[in-house]
Amino acid sequence: MTDQAAVEFDTAGVKKKFMFVNSKAPYGTIYALEVLEMILISAAFEQHAVIAFVDDGVYQIKKGHNTKATGMKNFSPTYGVVEMEKEDADEDEDIDMVWRIVVEKESMEARGLTEDDFGVEVEVLDSAELAELMAEQEVVLAG
Amino acid sequence: MKIGVLVNEGPFTHQASDSAYHFTKAAIEKGHDVMRVFFYYDGVNNANKLSEPQSDDRNLVKMWGELANEHNVDLVVCVAAALRRGIKDEILADGFRISGLGQLIELGMAADRMVVFGD
Repeated sequence: MTDQAAVEFDTAGVKKKFMFVNSKAPYGTIYALEVLEMILISAAFEQHAVIAFVDDGVYQIKKGHNTKATGMKNFSPTYGVVEMEKEDADEDEDIDMVWRIVVEKESMEARGLTEDDFGVEVEVLDSAELAELMAEQEVVLAG
Repeated sequence: MKIGVLVNEGPFTHQASDSAYHFTKAAIEKGHDVMRVFFYYDGVNNANKLSEPQSDDRNLVKMWGELANEHNVDLVVCVAAALRRGIKDEILADGFRISGLGQLIELGMAADRMVVFGD
């Protein structure tokens, strides 16, 4: 797209553990939307991924967002697409990619939420378990 | 070591880009391979050549460009994040190129360490 020469890396056969950490409320800042864009793009690379929701980030997948009055784009239905990517990877033997959608228990409970409030199916991990999982990751991208 | 750098904030409002710049420079001077610096979120504003800080202040946009040219560092601005913030080829600073988010994922795959600067 520009005069600057593109640099290519040889990533053939590379399989890494990525974690995407959503810690911000869905609206108010752009972080939630732009983390989602990273997640969607990453699917094409068939890497393992943990999609984690902590702090106000848990609101990103709460059912029933209505952004009409604020004029903001409601991106929460797109997490349904993320869930579909995960399910495809789980079911299709040819896709060597494991995706997990996890919610930190303490963040969820502090906000009076339960698993039933979420529009996607999640694993609930306590903060110690999540910390352990995070320590196992190779690339952690947050917003 | 092969290092990937991700810059998540623009210049001036946050110190993240300054820290990333100094880290990148120091890593190169120590002999590490900084494979790419990727600019995301408001980080894309680091590539705006119209940025004109006061003369007694640092000019981060220029500093990144000079670092890139001197050490052949690949500075990549995310196209989606850039377009919504008005960062286009017309105002793209020297040393940067615009490309897709795939370049960030690839960087994560290729580098030994991904170092993220932001809030």
